[in-house]
Amino acid sequence: MSGASSRLSGPPLLSVRRLTKHFPVRGGIFKRTHGVVQAVDAVSFDVQPGETLGIVGESGCGKSTTARLLMRLTEPDSGEVMFDGEQIGGRGGPSLRTLRRNIQMVFQDSYASLNPRLPVGMSVAYGPFAHGLRRAEALDRAATLLEAVGLEPALYADRYPHELSGGQRQRVNVARALAIEPRVVILDEAVSALDKSVAAQVLNLLVELKERFRLTYLFISHDLGVVRYLSDRVLVMYLGKVVEVGPVAEVWEHPRHPYTRALLAAMPTMDPSRRTTEALLTGDPPNPINPPSGCRFRTRCRFAEDVCARHEPPLQSSADLRDHAIACHMVHAGTGHSLAGTSGPA
Amino acid sequence: MLAYTLRRLLYGVPILLGVSVIVFALIQFAPGDAASLLIPPEAPKEVVDQVRAKLGLDKPVYVQYVLWLGRLVRGDLGVSIVTNMPVASELSNALGNTLMLAIPAALLGFTLGVGLGALAAFHRGTVLDRLFSATAIAGVSLPHYWVGIVLVAMFAVVFNALPAQGMGAPGFPRTWAQIRHLILPVITLSLIPMGVVSRLVRANVLEILSHEFVGSLRAKGLFRRRVLRHIMKNAAPSALALMGLQFGYLLAGSILVETVFNWPGSGGLLNLAIFRRDIPVLSGTIVTIAAIFVVINIAVDVLQALIDPRIRR
Amino acid sequence: MVSTSSETLLTLPTPDAALTRARHGRGYWKNVWRRLAEDRITIAVMLVLIAIILSAVLAPYLTPHDPMKTSVFARLKPIGTAGHWLGTDEIGRDLWARMVYGGRLSLLCGVLPVALALVVGGTLGVVAGYAGGVVNSAIMRSIDVLYAFPSILLAIAICGILGSGIRNTILALSVTFIPPLVRISEAVTTQVRSLDFVEAARASGSGTALLLRYHVLNNVLGPILVYATSLISISIILASGLSFLGLGVSPPNPEWGLMLNNLRPAIWVNPVVAALPGVMIFLTSMCFNLTSDGIRQAMDVRL
Repeated sequence: MSGASSRLSGPPLLSVRRLTKHFPVRGGIFKRTHGVVQAVDAVSFDVQPGETLGIVGESGCGKSTTARLLMRLTEPDSGEVMFDGEQIGGRGGPSLRTLRRNIQMVFQDSYASLNPRLPVGMSVAYGPFAHGLRRAEALDRAATLLEAVGLEPALYADRYPHELSGGQRQRVNVARALAIEPRVVILDEAVSALDKSVAAQVLNLLVELKERFRLTYLFISHDLGVVRYLSDRVLVMYLGKVVEVGPVAEVWEHPRHPYTRALLAAMPTMDPSRRTTEALLTGDPPNPINPPSGCRFRTRCRFAEDVCARHEPPLQSSADLRDHAIACHMVHAGTGHSLAGTSGPA
Repeated sequence: MLAYTLRRLLYGVPILLGVSVIVFALIQFAPGDAASLLIPPEAPKEVVDQVRAKLGLDKPVYVQYVLWLGRLVRGDLGVSIVTNMPVASELSNALGNTLMLAIPAALLGFTLGVGLGALAAFHRGTVLDRLFSATAIAGVSLPHYWVGIVLVAMFAVVFNALPAQGMGAPGFPRTWAQIRHLILPVITLSLIPMGVVSRLVRANVLEILSHEFVGSLRAKGLFRRRVLRHIMKNAAPSALALMGLQFGYLLAGSILVETVFNWPGSGGLLNLAIFRRDIPVLSGTIVTIAAIFVVINIAVDVLQALIDPRIRR
Repeated sequence: MVSTSSETLLTLPTPDAALTRARHGRGYWKNVWRRLAEDRITIAVMLVLIAIILSAVLAPYLTPHDPMKTSVFARLKPIGTAGHWLGTDEIGRDLWARMVYGGRLSLLCGVLPVALALVVGGTLGVVAGYAGGVVNSAIMRSIDVLYAFPSILLAIAICGILGSGIRNTILALSVTFIPPLVRISEAVTTQVRSLDFVEAARASGSGTALLLRYHVLNNVLGPILVYATSLISISIILASGLSFLGLGVSPPNPEWGLMLNNLRPAIWVNPVVAALPGVMIFLTSMCFNLTSDGIRQAMDVRL
């Protein structure tokens, strides 16, 4: 995993090692376990303080599960999460409560993530309140944060979620996430459900807030354009595995994994020279219950060879760039793939 | 489908065991044990001990339970302490009489309920709908034992047109004289399923009518009858499930109606047993009706899954 | 706001007014209350219900007669008899007095079991729904066993075996209503628990007690309460039914079901008088039913 370390020097703020979650699938007379969905399988990455790490991939690739595992909303089967150099939940390490104090999350559904029976000011105040602030203090904090996300507290604090627009509600959710002063904010498809123009406003707000509160973002999205705009580095997931990770400009300019190339090629673009006519990615992702052996992408990969079925390609940094890591037999020398060690197919 | 059926059947076993535990526990809580009901209080201690030993009351509670359960499984519900007859035979007669009321009442209630509910939904908002809804609400709010009394007052006392009590000659109703005895209790019993079913069907049909596909069916110029058939197919499973439950309630709820009409069914038997404190009859009847209810529920689940494959999870 | 067009043009709302209006966001319960107030039928039904409850509470002021006082000379008098405007029962007790006094026990036996079952069943259901997993299975599978008894059979079994009396009636009915309340509470809680705002609250590091209070209970209590009110109407019928069978309230206490039972032989002499207590059971039960429906509609709850 040496390759995943960032160009930024210094210890990572958040460090994830071989995080794994398999969901059992039951059925039949006695509801026996028939198989497991390998939602997240041995995922490792680092997040540097102050950066924005984008996580992309098709729906069902494990992006959201990864986020939930980080927040411990879902218990991981195995793997470690280190925050600020200390293992979460480990002996002597910080507790779950500390973790949740430091990492917060904004969900996709702006309406479902606000309690319909509470005025939004209360929803924002709830976190500080739960962490021991007195009610009045918590409400004061909420007012400050509503202001910070561009909602006049006098006008909005007493309103209920159904009285706000989608964009306003998502601003409230951002305020809610920031209320207990976290250092990392996970944005799980946070603007995906919003209209483009509203989404743009919220994105600008997120950039502004990041500066102001010195935040670190984990930005999960299937919208590559938005990821490009916001992220410093990007992590590409496919069927519960990390297939490529690197600085966003580098990955965009020189995608190395065939899956990343396909994803980028499928992006709508305004530049006629970059338009592709050829569909690089065909078919649906295979059934995650029984993922393909070896490289999970091989069933949809044009360059798949025998070695891809036999060995799972490890995530390794490329020869020329230390912080650009790819999990593909074609990229690294001596793997047995006919194109191995070349810069891949032209 | 087979797996689903088997699973439902298997699931019935622990439920039935639970039922037996509850009834047995209730018997344990009953004031005075079986021995004290059989022998006079002034009897010498040796006699009491002898009787208790004969009844197995000297054994620990869990042994008593296992023995009792073993007898239940073999169909031995014990012996009535009043008539000295086997409970099973008394009960099977009585249950037959109850079914004579419950089956026609279920059919009547279900048919009327579905018909009225659908009719009300199709005429939503009209006077007809309000009238049906009012009737349906009244149907579920009526104490049906009281309806029985009112019906007796009207048809037996005032008009002197129908018999008020009993079932006439025993056995399966063949003659008009026997059928006449059925009319009032069956109508009385059918009221609740009618009210409940019609409310559900009305709500279901309204829900389906609000879906777009019904509009498109109409737009395609499909005849009303086709639309109706379509809707009924969609509304059927839940109505069916409800009816299964209601049939169980009819078996149990008949105790009140049977009391009003002096009908010699399981409810009448239960009522009599309560007053004579005839615990074997009481517990036997309760266990049997609960077991029937469990079986009906399983049957309904399986039927529902047959109609709507989405349920088979 | 009703205003002519000229007024609207001339009097723009002051910023102050706009601010106050905005400050008081329209809460959920305010909305429910407004919708309820607009539903004239439900309001009327609730008024009838209040009248019935008041008549039971204020019974001594509504009649000069003692509901227990018998008279051999005034048996089964018809409606309109001087001094007994609703007539008398089979042993000469004033029927009007017994009707209003009877409401006390009938209402008690209707409401109290549901309230008790609400506390026990609601708690079990919310715990099962929120905890999920093994706790959920343990609670729900036990409740399935109680569900194997048709409701009235369970009540009859408990009363029949343990003996009659008000205490056993209330106990029996409470036990009868626990299973449906557990089921509905569990279903609603499970639904709410998986919503993002509960997850978000959990993610904010909140303790379970606080989370239940601020995020779960205020979302599940409404539907559970609506369901409970609909059970009251059944409870009243069942309680009277038990008394009718001689399993509930013991004579000579006035109670509608018991009165119905006692008056049954009188059907051949005075059918109208014999049917009267049933009217009260019916009316009360229906009022609870309609009220519950009205509240459900106002709250827009689907069960």
